[in-house]
Order: sequence, then structure tokens, then C-alpha cells
Amino acid sequence: MNTLTVFPLMRRWLGNLVPVVTTFLFVLIGQLPLPVPLLSDVAPAFALISLYYWIVFRPDLMPYAAVFGLGIVQDAVAGAPFGLYALVYLLVQALVLNQRRFIAGKPFWVFWSGFAMVAPVAALATWMLASLLRGTLLAPGTAFVALVMTIILFPAIAWLLVHAQRRFIGMVEA
Amino acid sequence: MANRSAKVTVAGLAVPFRVWAQRFAFMGFVALSFALMLLSKAETAGIERMRLAIVDTVSPILFVLSQPVQAVGQAVDGVENFFAVYDQNRQLREENARLVQWVQEARRLGVENATLRAQLEYVPDKRSQFLTARVVADTGGTFFHSLLINAGSRQFIRRGQAVIWQGGLIGRIAEVGQRTSRVLLMTDINSRIPVVVESTGDRAIVRGDNSTRPVLQFLPDNSPISPGDRIVTSGHGGVYPPGLAVGIVAEASDTVITVQPFVDWSILNQAVILDYGVDGILPAPEQVPISPSRSQPATEPNTRVVQ
Repeated sequence: MNTLTVFPLMRRWLGNLVPVVTTFLFVLIGQLPLPVPLLSDVAPAFALISLYYWIVFRPDLMPYAAVFGLGIVQDAVAGAPFGLYALVYLLVQALVLNQRRFIAGKPFWVFWSGFAMVAPVAALATWMLASLLRGTLLAPGTAFVALVMTIILFPAIAWLLVHAQRRFIGMVEA
Repeated sequence: MANRSAKVTVAGLAVPFRVWAQRFAFMGFVALSFALMLLSKAETAGIERMRLAIVDTVSPILFVLSQPVQAVGQAVDGVENFFAVYDQNRQLREENARLVQWVQEARRLGVENATLRAQLEYVPDKRSQFLTARVVADTGGTFFHSLLINAGSRQFIRRGQAVIWQGGLIGRIAEVGQRTSRVLLMTDINSRIPVVVESTGDRAIVRGDNSTRPVLQFLPDNSPISPGDRIVTSGHGGVYPPGLAVGIVAEASDTVITVQPFVDWSILNQAVILDYGVDGILPAPEQVPISPSRSQPATEPNTRVVQ
């Protein structure tokens, strides 16, 4: 094996990490103290957008273990009970994998509508689990605003991810 | 028949096993998530250590990611300040004139206090020390109200210390990692702060309810309270030092009294951790060398900044 074969292999191997790495960064970005009054109160679920995107386009690069790990990191940083976001993300993965054939390769509005259906399920699951674990019905108001903002911000984040995919991985699998 | 059997390959035979393995993995991770949630609910020490280990690991990345965000925020502030500079200058001059009068008053009261204390042989409160840290993560206002700050046990942060910003209480230290700590905000549903109404001295509890305005509870029935009353910590329970500004009464009806915190959450990018009575761990203010260029008054508490 010479250097000419090692570099493309390495590039491909690193490229395969892009879905997990971008989602990991979005998990952290979602927790940053944003200096915008509205965004600091209701943080949009950037990580959910990234997760949905990659499960639709490259499910092979988003294994269950990675999704679980990303959820655990989100739990740790957000101060949520351990396992809460891990479970929510696994549910999202199962749901999107199940419905993937209706979304992949279709126009963008179908892709967006798919997210607009998945995001409320994730928000509802988070709210139910958080209420259950905290022993009281939590006010869902801010979570609802965050949900609407997440759905509105979806095209912008998806645009970034399209570029990341074209640049580092390529449109191999549809 | 012979042709069909010839098409059977090892890869083909492995497909059902692969599907089963994937399903097993999925169910395994779901079960693991539930198990972790139960352990977390029981507040197991191992879970907290794991959480802190993860937070300590990712906090440098959070810090790096927060730099451009802060830079944008500062740029926006700069533009806003540029246009508001005239009004701000006028307001500051007025405020300065008022404050100069207060300084005279404070000096007079200080002398009077010192004389009276000398007469009574009064034992003074332990002096507080400050540590300023940067907020590296704000978990948003959804279900869990907490912050991560970039100071931990290496900076002698300890659980239970009060955290303030710009004179208003934020919350208290709930978890301490090596270089990162979690601050439980006063708005979180788990937060309870013993307070007094400044004007009447009546005791009460400020309870977080995950909204931006916590609720004032257990106030005596006959206590006269009205919007605008200042609420400060009482010092009972030993968690918060007495006299920290919590907020002002925003709404006072027969059923509910809400408190508007003094702190402005939208500009919260730094926090001050108060340290009370830890002589021997942090250097006492008197032992900190004061450089001639920074002529601090001897009475000013020790302050440090973590960048």
C-alpha cells in the first residue's frame, strides 16, 4: 500500500465521520449562550435537524451507537436526566428509518414536511419524559415556540449540511 | 432447482442475521437509555461523575464555539451603543450625580457603623470573595434551567455557592467538575430560595417554576405586599448569604405572587461566584498584593477572573 492509496482511504474514512461530527457540533451549538434575546430563551433544536438530515441521506453513517452517544452528550450538557435525549434521538432514528423511503429522493418540500412531522413527535416525547422524570407537568409553552423556530430554521441548517455532504462525502446513497 | 440452490451465498445468508443484530442493538440502546434515566432519577453518584466527565471534556470545544458568537454579540452591542451614546451619556451623568450623593451618605453611614460596632463589640460577617467566570453553555429555557461556567474544582468552586451577575442573584452551584460547573438557575423547578421582603422583613420562599418569573410562597397571610417590593435573600438554610438582591415583586394577586429577577438573562455571558467563609482555601483579601497601578481600596473584596 503506497501513499497514493492511503490518502484517498483516509479522506474517505474521515468523510464518513462528517455526519456524526456535524451533529455533535450542532448539539453543542444548541447549548451556546446566544446573545439574541429570543434565541437565548428558546433554543432551537439544531441537533435534531442534523440528525434527521443524515438519517435520511446517509443512514449507514449514523449507527444506533452514535445516535445514543450524541443523545448522552446532549443530556450531559443540558443537565437533563441521563438517557432522556438518547431515548428521544433513538425514537427519531427509528421513525425516520421507517419512513425514509417516502422522503429520500423527493423534492425539498417533502423533505421539509417530513421534518415538520418528526420534530413535534420528538418535542412531545421530550416534554413527556421530562415531565415524568421531574414529577410534574411542565409548561410546554417555550418548547412549542422552540419547535416552531426549529421547523422555520430547517432550510438554513439543511443548506449547510448539503454543502458539507457535497464537499466531504458526495451524494453516494440516496 | 439445482440452479436456485447455487445462487445461495454467504452474504445472502448473513442478511437476516444482520437485520436481527440491528434490531437487537436498537432495543439494547433503548433499554440502556431507560436504565440510565432510572439511575439518574435516583441521583446515583456514578451518573453524576459520568455527566461531569463529559461536560469537562466538551467544555473546551464549547468555549471555542462560543468565541465567534460572543464576537457577533459584541459587534451588535457596539453598533447599538454607537447610536445610543448621546442618550447614554446624559443618563450616566445624571446617575453619576445621584451616586456621588450616595457615596457621601455611604461614607457617613460607614463611619457611624464603625463607631457603633466598636461600642457593641460586634462580630462582623465573614468577608466574601468573588470569582468571575464565563458562561459556556446556556441550556435554554425549555425544561432544564441551568448554565455551565468555565470554572470548577481547580478554581476552588464548591457546590452550593451563590452565583450573581450585575448585582442580581442567578442561582447556585449544583455540580462541580474539574474545570466546569453547573449553575442551577433560580427559575428552575428545583430551585427554592429563602428570602425576605426588604420593606417588611417578612420571610418567604422564592420557588422556580420554569417560567421567567418565579413564584413567592409561604409569605405570612397578613403581610402587605405590592408590585415593586424588593426581595432579597434571607440567609436562612445556610445556602445563600443574606442580603443578595433576588428581584422585585412583579404581580401580587390573592392567588399568586410572582417575582421579576433583577438579572437580565439575555445578556448573561459571565457570572460571579460568591465565596463565603472559606478562609484558608482562597487567599484572604488582605493577603492579595495590590499593585500600585490598580489602587484598590482596602475594603474591596478579592476578585478573580477566569478567561
